[in-house]
Amino acid sequence: MDTLAAPLTIAFDYTRSLGPVLGRFMAGLRDHRVLGSRTADGRVHVPPLEFDPDTLAPLTDLVEVSPTGTVVTWAWVDQPLEGQPLDHPFAWALIRLDGADTPMLHAVDTGTEDKIKIGLRVRIRWSPSPTGHIRDIACFEPGTAPERTGHEIGDAVTIMTTPIRLHYTHTTSVEEDRYLRALAEGRIVGQRCPACCKVYVPPRVCPADGVAPGEVVEVTDKGTVTTFCVVNVPFAGQRLTPPYVVAQVLLDGADIPIPHLILGVPSDQVRMGLRVSAVWRDRADWSTTPENIDHFEPNGEPDAPYESYAEHQ
Amino acid sequence: MRRAAVLGTGQTDHRTRRTDVSMAGLCREAIDRALLDAGTDWSQIDAVVLGKAPDLFEGVMMPELALAQSLGAAGKPLLRVHTAGSVGGATAIVATSLIRAGVHRRVLAVAFEKQSESNAMWALSIQPPFTAPITAGAGGYFAPHIRSYIRRSGAPPHIGALVAVKDRRNGALNPHTHLRQPDITLESVQASPMLWDPIRFDETCPSSDGACAVVIGDAAAVSAASREVAWIKATSMRTEPTFYAGKDHVNPRAGADAAAALWASAGIKDPLREIDVAELYVPFSWFEPMWLENVGFIGQGQGWKLVENGDTRIGGVLPVNPSGGVLCSNPIGASGLLRFAESAMQVMGRAGEHQVPDAATALGHAYGGGSQFFSMWVVGRTP
Amino acid sequence: MSDIAVIGFARSPRSEALVEVFDEVLSSAGLGRREIDFWCSGSSDYLAGRAFSFVSAVDAIGAVPPISESHVEMDAAWALYEAYVKILAGEAETALVYGFGKGSAGDLNRVLALQTDPYTVAPLWPDAISLATLQARLMSAELRPSEQNLGTDGASAVVLAAGDRATRNRDRPAWITGIAHRVDPPGLGERDLTTAPSATGAAADAGLTPDVEVAALHTPFAHQQLLLRRALGLGDDVRYLPDTGNAMFSGGLARIGAAAEEIMSGRARTAVAHATSGPLLQQNLVCTLGGTR
Repeated sequence: MDTLAAPLTIAFDYTRSLGPVLGRFMAGLRDHRVLGSRTADGRVHVPPLEFDPDTLAPLTDLVEVSPTGTVVTWAWVDQPLEGQPLDHPFAWALIRLDGADTPMLHAVDTGTEDKIKIGLRVRIRWSPSPTGHIRDIACFEPGTAPERTGHEIGDAVTIMTTPIRLHYTHTTSVEEDRYLRALAEGRIVGQRCPACCKVYVPPRVCPADGVAPGEVVEVTDKGTVTTFCVVNVPFAGQRLTPPYVVAQVLLDGADIPIPHLILGVPSDQVRMGLRVSAVWRDRADWSTTPENIDHFEPNGEPDAPYESYAEHQ
Repeated sequence: MRRAAVLGTGQTDHRTRRTDVSMAGLCREAIDRALLDAGTDWSQIDAVVLGKAPDLFEGVMMPELALAQSLGAAGKPLLRVHTAGSVGGATAIVATSLIRAGVHRRVLAVAFEKQSESNAMWALSIQPPFTAPITAGAGGYFAPHIRSYIRRSGAPPHIGALVAVKDRRNGALNPHTHLRQPDITLESVQASPMLWDPIRFDETCPSSDGACAVVIGDAAAVSAASREVAWIKATSMRTEPTFYAGKDHVNPRAGADAAAALWASAGIKDPLREIDVAELYVPFSWFEPMWLENVGFIGQGQGWKLVENGDTRIGGVLPVNPSGGVLCSNPIGASGLLRFAESAMQVMGRAGEHQVPDAATALGHAYGGGSQFFSMWVVGRTP
Repeated sequence: MSDIAVIGFARSPRSEALVEVFDEVLSSAGLGRREIDFWCSGSSDYLAGRAFSFVSAVDAIGAVPPISESHVEMDAAWALYEAYVKILAGEAETALVYGFGKGSAGDLNRVLALQTDPYTVAPLWPDAISLATLQARLMSAELRPSEQNLGTDGASAVVLAAGDRATRNRDRPAWITGIAHRVDPPGLGERDLTTAPSATGAAADAGLTPDVEVAALHTPFAHQQLLLRRALGLGDDVRYLPDTGNAMFSGGLARIGAAAEEIMSGRARTAVAHATSGPLLQQNLVCTLGGTR
């Protein structure tokens, strides 16, 4: 039987500060000019290097090269992937621009594979909405560029934004799967380490002994707050609105606490040793997720003595 | 075992956003300063070790590959270390092993983080499927451990604020620090917002762009050097799991074991007496007393007394973080190497305004993950 | 010449199988978990899609009491190099090196684009297979790169031991007679993609000679076999171990393990293993092994 799996997408618009060399290069692209950096040996590198490969000195000499160049090698793409420069079949190519000594990578729009070849002369197709970014080059296309059409190069670009969006499938372990399926039935299960006999909730390889877990143990949904924190601050990625209390809750029958929310009590009354019970969501909403337990709240039992949880903070 | 020494150190001017440089430019600011300090040139560097925390921070998978040429590593061996927050220390330790093993004469260790490329809190709060949305943020992870420490030690509540005042004032003496607050007071710290109770705003580290570099060499490289060096007397690394039944988050066993091994290896019997200055990895002020106990400077539950007595100030029995520490500058991946570099600067007598007079033996310390990865070294003026 | 040998190797096609892989490799090395002085691993956060993905792998070790441990964000062949240096420096006598990666968790063809220059290349999302095709065409290679070998799931582990510790449990330890690595410039247009100077240099540093009996080369794409044989100066009389797939972040370590098994089993007296990292063979490691010290 396959264990539970679910998609996970990670996305962020990264803000790349460019520094003096790349900042001028991107400004050039914005203004329809291509700049390369000239190294101590006289070679012109496009895209520009920031430091000389031989002397390692910072490079300051940027020179303009042509927006027309020659295909050095290529690879055809039948099905473009998310984020690539064109959404129809195209060729990746290393293209040596006239005046440059090194080739650069970009997409070439030839329509069909039979039109791309080594030695093909290609020119830049500029993006209609330049922002000072490598993608101000929309792609290359067959042909040669007319005489210079760009304006003078304006101020260097400071930051370029680069969205990164990746998709994963998160697959659960056998133990995690068992735990989640029990939660869907309103039960909390742990597993006992066959070596140290400690009960882990959720169950997992025993981190102390490095052995697979053994006996499945059902624990209660009552426990003790061993320690806690009052979160008053908003931060990126946060799912809840502050203030809220996140506590370590040692469930009765478990040997390791789980972090959870403590509600139903003013935050200044949450304390170490407080006895709490799980508040489950409406049964109709249960699924294979820890979110079936909405939060914990005080259950009125007398506080647990410090010694009973001192080892579990 | 061959001897190894720090020949020179360099660091960037740490800021929230270093929008004036690329990642390569940031690293090179630190590296070029380290080479100058060491009196070496590129031709003398045999290998490069780069340390950095999660790649998601910059959105570059294994950025050392793209940086290889700018770091002067093209055609040479390049290693990339990642041991969470302790990585800066681990980077220096791997470089030290390369010298001790006799593989190289001079190794460049560099660590960086360009946190402004994304948002560290976002990267650390990505919630995988099937997990509860109980995110509390970095401070929220450590605040409960601080609460446990206060409960266990009986420390008075102002100890955290005292550390913050000391470190921020120290940081004002350091030209490279991110947060510079010479006028901070106990009252102003205590008046700052409570973020993750019991952690206040002024008791937390900033998020910084920054880099640090260290040149480590063998005995022959030391002979060729014209300036003071910092001899590496001992190194130590220990790891334990993030969570396990019975884990002590206040006094983690990995930290205590790493320190015990370190003192034994360095021949140090009474750390409080024999160590002249310590650079401890303190991202939240309360970790100063916690680590003072964990590494064995003083008994359990007593660390806060050193703080309260002023013993950890410059001029005290054991100055801690004269550089201002992580509380003043926190480019995560570089923060550990900064602790190691600052300890070396102290014994080389090159710490400038925050120099501890006559510092001869110093501790560099870093930790990471859920208080589970520890790296430390002891450096001295003599071998 | 060092005095350090491979004395155990294990692998699994499942990246999650670390507990089993550790059991197997320790058993083949004849060592208990607590007899390992130093642990070192290689993996990548971007394969798993979350920060600090290597941290949970530590759970499989059972690191209580705490252990001496380190991690590289590279193929675990470089973790083996770090462990080798640690032993050479006299800071450990035994080491367990492991690598793991779940290539199938994400779209590897896109994920690997993030290894290219973050300013001028990665924002175009060049897929790994297309990059390999650019290289293959420059070599006039007939072989068309396919997704087949792009990267699979897997975990591997190798146990190293020094001197007498190596011979105590193994009749025929695979002695590491040389190990070295180098990196080439990143720019796709900045190097001759039909060569691998870093592999050639590492082979020279490791003391590789053309008379080696067996070779295990780490080549994500088929055309790279030819390229590497040339770069390493290896001819047709070398016995090449079959390509067992490119398990992400453990594939290079597995080549070292496979080459060592040839020595430990007595099938060969000398062997060479190669590991690669980065786009189009940018970074290369060469490890020579022999039946005698």
